Amino acid sequence: MIPLVRRWAVLVVAVALWEPAARAGDSPFFPPPSAIAVALRDRLWDTDLVAAHLLPGVGRMLAGWAIAALCGVVAGLLLGRSGVVLQYLSPLFAFVRAVPPPLLVPLFLVLFDLGTPMQLATIVVGVIWPVLLSSIDGAASVHPVQVETARVLQLRHTDWWLRVVLPAAAPKVLAGLRVSLSLALILMVISELVGATNGLGFQLALAQRRFDFLTMWAVVVLLGVLGYAFNSGLVAAESRVLRRQRKEA
Amino acid sequence: MSVALDVSGLAHRYGPGPAVVDVSLDARPGELVCIVGPSGCGKSTLLRAVAGLLTPTSGEVRVDGEPVRGVVPGLAMVFQDYSRSLYPWLTVRGNVELPLRGHVERSERQERAEEALKHVGLDGQGGRYPRQLSGGMQQRVAIARALAHRPTLLLLDEPFASVDAQTRADLEDLLLRVRAEHGMTALLVTHDIDEAVYLADRVVVLSPAPATVAAVLAVDLPGTRDQIGTRAAPEFVHLRTEVARLLRR
Repeated sequence: MIPLVRRWAVLVVAVALWEPAARAGDSPFFPPPSAIAVALRDRLWDTDLVAAHLLPGVGRMLAGWAIAALCGVVAGLLLGRSGVVLQYLSPLFAFVRAVPPPLLVPLFLVLFDLGTPMQLATIVVGVIWPVLLSSIDGAASVHPVQVETARVLQLRHTDWWLRVVLPAAAPKVLAGLRVSLSLALILMVISELVGATNGLGFQLALAQRRFDFLTMWAVVVLLGVLGYAFNSGLVAAESRVLRRQRKEA
Repeated sequence: MSVALDVSGLAHRYGPGPAVVDVSLDARPGELVCIVGPSGCGKSTLLRAVAGLLTPTSGEVRVDGEPVRGVVPGLAMVFQDYSRSLYPWLTVRGNVELPLRGHVERSERQERAEEALKHVGLDGQGGRYPRQLSGGMQQRVAIARALAHRPTLLLLDEPFASVDAQTRADLEDLLLRVRAEHGMTALLVTHDIDEAVYLADRVVVLSPAPATVAAVLAVDLPGTRDQIGTRAAPEFVHLRTEVARLLRR
């Protein structure tokens, strides 16, 4: 593994090169990173962005993701062990999964009108598939000897699901949760771009319409930081959970 | 004569080919019966039918006079593949306690697990994870888990086939000691002739696939056996030659 400092060096150099290039270009569409940083700092200090836009949006995103995660994991584990039912449902899943989630936005706009229910529905329905499908995969991959052992031990249902199936499926479930979390952020922004009165996506669209490119860039950078933070958080949680069952001690 | 286990006319086929044809055998309470046969002759199928893990195509298995439909209470099984049969995400103690959950109270569960681990020479190892133990120790954990269950019928499917020779001898003696102390009926499947003769009160010799009973031999060796003396005894040599001759045909 390359040391942390050196891995980040590429990003630092890229930003350092961008700065003089943007200054020399002097285009209103591409402000220099320093100006973006200042704009971001000013707007973060101005609590409006945080309280009125960042927090509600992130709240919806996390709520939608949590609902999708719970439903997806429970349904996925049950289906993964169901055998026959899964065989009937898998063509349906293959079709639904192929529909790009952002296409749900117009549909839910019609169904729910502007606002939180529409955004929640978009996020839940959009991000449930990675969780569901990877949970199905995980539950179906319990090794036959582990299944036979559980049968011989005559485990209670709760022990079978929580102490055998769930941990066996955990690596795949967590991978699915990670995919769906980044998808949730994307859907949060898209649903706010078209159907919201607050949120970072709404701010982005507003800034664009006002030709306020500095704010636009500030929101883009903020979204990048958010995505990175959520992903790192989940990766850390994942390695904590999986450390116990890694092959090598 | 009372019979703990009675298999009569058992036959099983997977798809077109028969795996087991007309096998009948029995075991008296407290008896250790070894089933020896060439690799792939259907030994494991036979054991799975006794365990209630599969329903045979025809024939019947009775445990304590009751026909087997599904896994019977009081049954424990030790698998060859200990690395999969033990759940890697549970500690040694967690694995041993797992089948007791929902049946005995927490304090008694811990007591029984500790006692079973002590029995197999693993006291103080409860907090470790299976992967941190050697193969022989892992199989001891599997035996401890079976013991904590207080089985009346113990099934062992090639339990010592994946460990080195010295560990194997230790585990064989462990099994004999455990059986002497607990007095459960035991059915052990192996392809190792010496192991079968060394351990058994009776040896059931199976033919090559599809399995039928080629012979049943009573082992007239003293109750307490030891790895050096017993294996040198004329009766032992005679029996192993006899079994080998039966298997050769």
